[in-house]
Amino acid sequence: MAYSDKLLDHYENPRNVGTMDKDDDGVGTGLVGAPACGDVMKLQIKVSEEGIIEDAKFKTFGCGSAIASSSLVTEWVKGKTVDEAVEIKNTDIADELALPPVKIHCSVLAEDAIKAAISDYKSKKKPESEAAE
Amino acid sequence: MSTKQGTWNKNAPLYLDYQATTPTDERVVEKMLPYFTEKFGNPHSRTHHYGWEAEGAVEEARAQIASLIGASPKEIIFTSGATESNNLALKGVAHFYKDKKNHIITCVTEHKCVLDSCRHLEQEGFEVTYLPVQENGLIDLKLLEDTITENTAIVSIMSVNNEIGVIQPIKEIGALCRANKVFFHTDAAQAVGKIPLDVEDMNIDLMSISGHKIYGPMGIGALYVRRRPRVRLVALITGGGQERGMRSGTLPTPLCVGLGEACAIAEKEMSAETERLKMLRDRFYDAINARLSEVYLNGDLEHRIPGNLNLSFAYVEGEGLMMGVNDLAVSSGSACTSASLEPSYVLRALGVEEELAHTSLRIGLGRFTTEEEVDYAVDKIASEVERLRLMSPLWEMAQEGIDIKSIEWAEH
Repeated sequence: MAYSDKLLDHYENPRNVGTMDKDDDGVGTGLVGAPACGDVMKLQIKVSEEGIIEDAKFKTFGCGSAIASSSLVTEWVKGKTVDEAVEIKNTDIADELALPPVKIHCSVLAEDAIKAAISDYKSKKKPESEAAE
Repeated sequence: MSTKQGTWNKNAPLYLDYQATTPTDERVVEKMLPYFTEKFGNPHSRTHHYGWEAEGAVEEARAQIASLIGASPKEIIFTSGATESNNLALKGVAHFYKDKKNHIITCVTEHKCVLDSCRHLEQEGFEVTYLPVQENGLIDLKLLEDTITENTAIVSIMSVNNEIGVIQPIKEIGALCRANKVFFHTDAAQAVGKIPLDVEDMNIDLMSISGHKIYGPMGIGALYVRRRPRVRLVALITGGGQERGMRSGTLPTPLCVGLGEACAIAEKEMSAETERLKMLRDRFYDAINARLSEVYLNGDLEHRIPGNLNLSFAYVEGEGLMMGVNDLAVSSGSACTSASLEPSYVLRALGVEEELAHTSLRIGLGRFTTEEEVDYAVDKIASEVERLRLMSPLWEMAQEGIDIKSIEWAEH
C-alpha cells in the first residue's frame, strides 16, 4: 500500500503531540476509539475567552493513518472557532491525506475526536453560563 | 557469485520474515538450473535418455526428502506446496474412509488451508472438532485423548505454528493416535529442516512439506503418505495416475530437484543452523528487553523453533509500528483495515488480549540473518517503540497508573 507524502510527513513528524490539563475549564478533551479495535485517539483543544481554539494537542494509539489524521486535525482546528471546527468532515481529512479506502475509518475517528473534544469543552462551559443568568 | 548470498544490501529492507518465505539457497538454484535447459526431459517419458535422466533426478530428490524425515522414498508424493498437501491429506483420507468414520480432529491455530479444508468437509457432512490451545500455544494432550472417538478418522495437528513458532508435542500425539488406530497428519511446513522429524519414531502417517519455507523453490511441496500400515486416500487431481495415483500431472523436474537439494542441505546443516539461530534469537530477545519494558513474548519460549519471535509491544499498535520500521521486512498480527479489524486468530486463540494482540510483530530469523542485522533491527524497533509510546494515550494512562480496562471504550 503506497501512502501519500503528506501522510508520511505527519506520521514521521507529527504536529502537536502532547497533553494539556484536562481539568482546565478552557480545555476540551475527546477520547475516542478502543484499544481492542486497534486505535484510540485523544484530542485536546484549548479555547480562548472569545471562543477561538488557540491550541490543540493529540496522542494516538493506532496505525500510521490514524496518527497522521489526528496530527492533521490539530493543525486544522487551531485558529478556528468551535463552531467552525465542528464542521470539519472526515472526507476532508481523507482527501487531504489521500487515505486508501481501508483507512477511511481513521478519518472518521479523527472527526469524532474533534466533536468529542468540543462537546467536552461545551459541557464544562454550560454550568458557568447558566450560573451567570 | 560476486557477493555471499544474503549479504544485506542496505538499499533494500532488511528481511526478517523467514516464516513467510525464505530465499532459495543459491546451492539449490545451481542444482536446479540444468533441468530447465539441457536436462529438460519429461520424467514420465520411458522411451529415451531425456526421460530417464529427468526421472533419475526426480527419484534422487524423492530420496533426499525421505531421508530428512526418516521415510522411504516410495512414501513421498510431490505436490504444488503445503496447501495442496494439506488439502490432499485431509480431504483424501476423509473421503476414502467416509463409510467407516466421519470425524476429524484439528486445532484452532492451524494454518488457514487446514481450517478451510475442514470447513469444506463439514459442509459435506463430516464432523470436525477444533481443539483449543493453552496459553503457551500448545494443545492439551489429555483433551485430545478425550476427543478421539471410534468414529475419528484423522487427527491433523501442525508441527510448528507459522505465527508463533511453537512446536507441538508431535511424538506424544503420534503415540496417542497410533494407540487409538487413528491416522495422524501433521502440517510440517514450518518444521521440516528446522527440527528433527522422524515419521517412524513419531508415528506420523501423513506429513505436509513446503519447498519455499526451507530455502527451496516456491511452487513445490510434498506429502508423506505412510505405506505400512497403509494410508489410502482419494486423489484431488486425477489424470495420468502419476505419484502412485495420488497426484496426477507431469512432475516439474527442476522444482523437485530443488526441493530435494533443500532437504539435503537442511539435513546436513540443521544442527549447526539451530545453534546459530538460537544465539541470534537470544541476542535479539535479550537486547529488546534491555531497552524496553512491557514487551511480551507470544507462545512458549522453550517449545519453539529458534528462528521465530512473536512479540507484543504494549501500547503501540503493530501496523503503526511497522510503518516506522519500514526498512525492516517483518509482519504484524494486527490488521487495522476496515475489512478486518480483527487481530490475528492465532494470538486470540492463546488468550492474548485484543489490545495486546494489536501490538504484535512477528520477527523471523533465518539462514542468512547476521548479528549485525539483529543489532540493527533491535535498535530500530526499540527506538520506534519509544517514539510511538510517547505519542500513545494508552502509554500515558499506564504511566499515570490508570488501568485502561477500567475505561468504558466505545467499540467501533
